[in-house]
Amino acid sequence: MKKLINNPAHIIDEMINGLTKSYAHLVKRIENTTIVISIENAAKVGLISGGGSGHEPAHAGFVGQGMLTAAVCGQVFTSPTPDQILIAIRAANKGHGVFMVVKNYSGDIMNFEMAKDLAEMDGIDVEYCIVADDIAVENSTYTQGRRGVAGTVLVHKILGAAIDQGATLAEVKSLSDAILPHIKTIGVAFSGATVPEVGKPGFVLADDEIEYGVGIHGEPGYRREKLQSSADLAKELVNKLNNEFNFQSGDNYALLINGLGSTPLMEQYVFANDVFKLLTNVGINIHFSKIGNYMTAIDMAGVSLTLMKLDNQKWTEYLNYGVKTVAW
Amino acid sequence: MNVQEVLNWLNDFATLITDNKDYLSDLDTSIGDGDHGNNMLRGVIAMQQQLTEKQPTTIGDIFKVTAMALMSNVGGASGPLYGSAFMAMSKKANESEVLADLILAGANGIQARGKAELNEKTMIDIWFAVANALQVKQLTQRVIDDAIAATKNLQATKGRASYLGERSIGHLDPGTVSSGYLFTAMMNNLQGELA
Repeated sequence: MKKLINNPAHIIDEMINGLTKSYAHLVKRIENTTIVISIENAAKVGLISGGGSGHEPAHAGFVGQGMLTAAVCGQVFTSPTPDQILIAIRAANKGHGVFMVVKNYSGDIMNFEMAKDLAEMDGIDVEYCIVADDIAVENSTYTQGRRGVAGTVLVHKILGAAIDQGATLAEVKSLSDAILPHIKTIGVAFSGATVPEVGKPGFVLADDEIEYGVGIHGEPGYRREKLQSSADLAKELVNKLNNEFNFQSGDNYALLINGLGSTPLMEQYVFANDVFKLLTNVGINIHFSKIGNYMTAIDMAGVSLTLMKLDNQKWTEYLNYGVKTVAW
Repeated sequence: MNVQEVLNWLNDFATLITDNKDYLSDLDTSIGDGDHGNNMLRGVIAMQQQLTEKQPTTIGDIFKVTAMALMSNVGGASGPLYGSAFMAMSKKANESEVLADLILAGANGIQARGKAELNEKTMIDIWFAVANALQVKQLTQRVIDDAIAATKNLQATKGRASYLGERSIGHLDPGTVSSGYLFTAMMNNLQGELA
């Protein structure tokens, strides 16, 4: 394992310190916690998210005015614990309640639900949504349903913008209900990720192998095959999304291409070029696009492709709304 | 069953987790995300520290301290599941200190939090197997080993391994193996409760 670290056991602590020292004008750490919180302190609904670390810049990179109030950083690929989430809820609550964006992983859901129970005993109103945007694994045979992956970032963006414009907790909840079915993601991996405390990759692909549909912790996807051109990869992923959305000429979409950690931006732009070609060929209008590393899997190579069908002009405005965060 | 025996049980559990940390993570690498050993190690270290610091004097309080330590330090799904088990056992201990009743309460606590059914390749399989064997005074190491081995041929439909579908068959469930250490340690320290 060749990594820029001191001690695997201290990696979260040191990462949070490095981040908050570097961007002290935007965020700070709540002492003795793994919580990164915005220095903005306006009286609005609190918006918190989090999950395992290793997905940087998610989630702490999206803390700041117009997006998250706070992010709770778990151990690498491991949900944060209820006591930490509870501290974040208390800190994010300005008397208007707190909304939590949770990804559909059983650990995340259980820990955030326990924290919600604890916060409600304190008299704090807490609502939450579960993001399940990954279309790689089907919910018919998998009772857990679909995983929450890069599309989560769009949820942060939209809900954060709505809150900045004064949305109430109930309005945030109904907005999340409205947008979640419109956000779908599919990815492809070129290599596994090495969790520092484990010291070796979670899975191994041969030099010329790829796997479609791998999750953001290296969970298996739906097909492994020989490496293909960017154009062919784009075709596979766009086709999978088309099966879900059933593209019609004239439809409006937002597009997020997300690097999984080790894929250079140059390659992501090549891939983006292929995706744009395919989508414009079928007459789709892209009203918002974002390319880069937003929800990574430590050092995994590969990309994910997220589309959001924009059925409401307001959603596009929220996506384009200005924010002050480290990584948006 | 007295306070010292229960503390010895939990200390032996911590030792077994420590000694088998890499094995647990290897099992989890096959069907999960490879961190079960590290997560459980963090939890049992915190558990031992807090049991030493807080010096609980009743079995119910021991389980409560254990629940909070595991919930707050393990993370992932295992933290709330083990936390819920020991919290349920703590509540139960206030009315009954019969081991079979306690373990059954723990099994129900896990099921309430995780919402798994039997035979979905999760730790509730071994918790109910042990609870049932205790009920009829037939808990042996064989029962524990069989419950662990039985997970190998099941297809996971709950928990992170469920994303593997059929590919989860042929691998042991890491949460069941770590629970197996808890019950092996229990047998070694609470012989008087078994017969």
